[in-house]
Amino acid sequence: MNKLLRILFVLLVAKPIIVFWLGLTVRHRERLPTRGPAIIAGNHNSHLDTVALLSLFPLEEVPNVRPVAAADYFMKPGFMQWFSLNVVGIIPVARRGVAEGIDPLEECYRALERGEILLIFPEGSRGEPEQMAELKSGISYLAKRFPTVPVIPVFMRGLGKSMGKGTFIPIPFFVDVFVGRPFSWTGEKNSFMDRLRDAFAHLQKKVPAQPLE
Amino acid sequence: MTLRMPEPVFAALGVAVALLVIATVGASVSSRIRRPLRDAEVRLRIRMWWYIVGGFFMALVFDRRLSVVALGLVSFVAFKEFLTLAPTRRADSKVLLWAYLAIPVQYFWAGSGVYGMFSVFIPVYVFLLLPMRMVLIGETHGFLRAVGVIHWGLMTTVFCVSHLAFMLALPDLPGLKNSGVSLLFYLVVLTQLNDTAHYLVNRRFGRHAVLATVRPGLSVEGMLAGTGLTMLAAVALAPWFTPFTWLQAITAGLMIGVFGFIGFVATTAVERDLGVSESRHFLPGHGGLLERLDSLMFTAPLFFHFVYDQFY
Repeated sequence: MNKLLRILFVLLVAKPIIVFWLGLTVRHRERLPTRGPAIIAGNHNSHLDTVALLSLFPLEEVPNVRPVAAADYFMKPGFMQWFSLNVVGIIPVARRGVAEGIDPLEECYRALERGEILLIFPEGSRGEPEQMAELKSGISYLAKRFPTVPVIPVFMRGLGKSMGKGTFIPIPFFVDVFVGRPFSWTGEKNSFMDRLRDAFAHLQKKVPAQPLE
Repeated sequence: MTLRMPEPVFAALGVAVALLVIATVGASVSSRIRRPLRDAEVRLRIRMWWYIVGGFFMALVFDRRLSVVALGLVSFVAFKEFLTLAPTRRADSKVLLWAYLAIPVQYFWAGSGVYGMFSVFIPVYVFLLLPMRMVLIGETHGFLRAVGVIHWGLMTTVFCVSHLAFMLALPDLPGLKNSGVSLLFYLVVLTQLNDTAHYLVNRRFGRHAVLATVRPGLSVEGMLAGTGLTMLAAVALAPWFTPFTWLQAITAGLMIGVFGFIGFVATTAVERDLGVSESRHFLPGHGGLLERLDSLMFTAPLFFHFVYDQFY
């Protein structure tokens, strides 16, 4: 991971795209952690989700913020792999790791131990633009192992409309981001996932809907 | 060395800066007393006026092209805001990129003073080419609605607003230095005055409601007296900022008064149709910029053509 490249990426690519090309309204930015360890849980509709979340952090904090991403998609050898690892700074997760007898979240544990901030999309994949899919429970293993680490739900609206699955040029639309209240491990997997689901449902209502036909 | 009176538009901008300083200080002092929502709106309005005054200074002191670019950015943000609020089809993402591309082209015509292309590029060429790009996608469901939404957005936020930029590019008239900037200043001040006059008269003297389904609080009194006040102001300001005779000034005032109001109610109707609530209005991206531009979008092309036909 290259710290300078990561900072330059956020400064020269992420912030200009999100702030000028798209336009961003953030509610409750103060709820974002200024230091790790922490877990940010975002809804997922677009590759821009990671870009938008990265752009919310001050530049000096950026090397400490690690997007968690699917290894089967981003780790195909070649430019994509190099870019994902060195410029975006992803932590690759093997979605089928369990079947091969390894804990896919091992790297995430190490990152939280180092005091880093994880960006995680519990829906797993981007899915239909501007619609939320069922949450996957991987995040609960992280919260269980680190019961004091805060989980901050973040709801983003408009990014799927701007650059949904299958498109690669962001179309300018204003984007709304609502940062929810931090919470942590509830002591049990189902209640934790319910808590997260409720948080997203609540935030979704707070962010004005954008029409999409 | 003789003392020379500054040009009226410089003097007026100086007054505007003084007023803004007072307003900014006042707003920050009183910010603890007022309700926070209203307060945020006041601060946003003051900030917008700083931008407007800054834009005029940029045109006068540095280079008109800078102000043309700044107005192009205003169109970009306004069009983006419109598309965020209006329904668009997912299939049309490429079409929307083409529509955005019309903005720099239109401002190029405006900045370089190419009158012919400037006045037909969006109403004719873009109007005819966008449906072509759209039909290539092959999705017919919602076609008319989608093409109509995009064209309305381009006409109001880009074509109409770009007349402000073309006005800056107008050559000087005899006896009126910085004609373009002066005329633009006259238009912007009168349009804003007209909004304020309508609002104040409606609040204090409004009896006979009009267009209540569009926006409650509008009245016949506001419409007539607001327009009348704008006509008076138009005559009073004309000698400093325009080459107008008093008859031309009255005509300009009437035009700005009537069409400023039409722009205001038409934009309100569009916002109601799109379900934009009033509480969201002042936020950029949620209707804030469209709300600020509504009357100017209608007065700009009309005032421009009035001036252009009479003097150029």
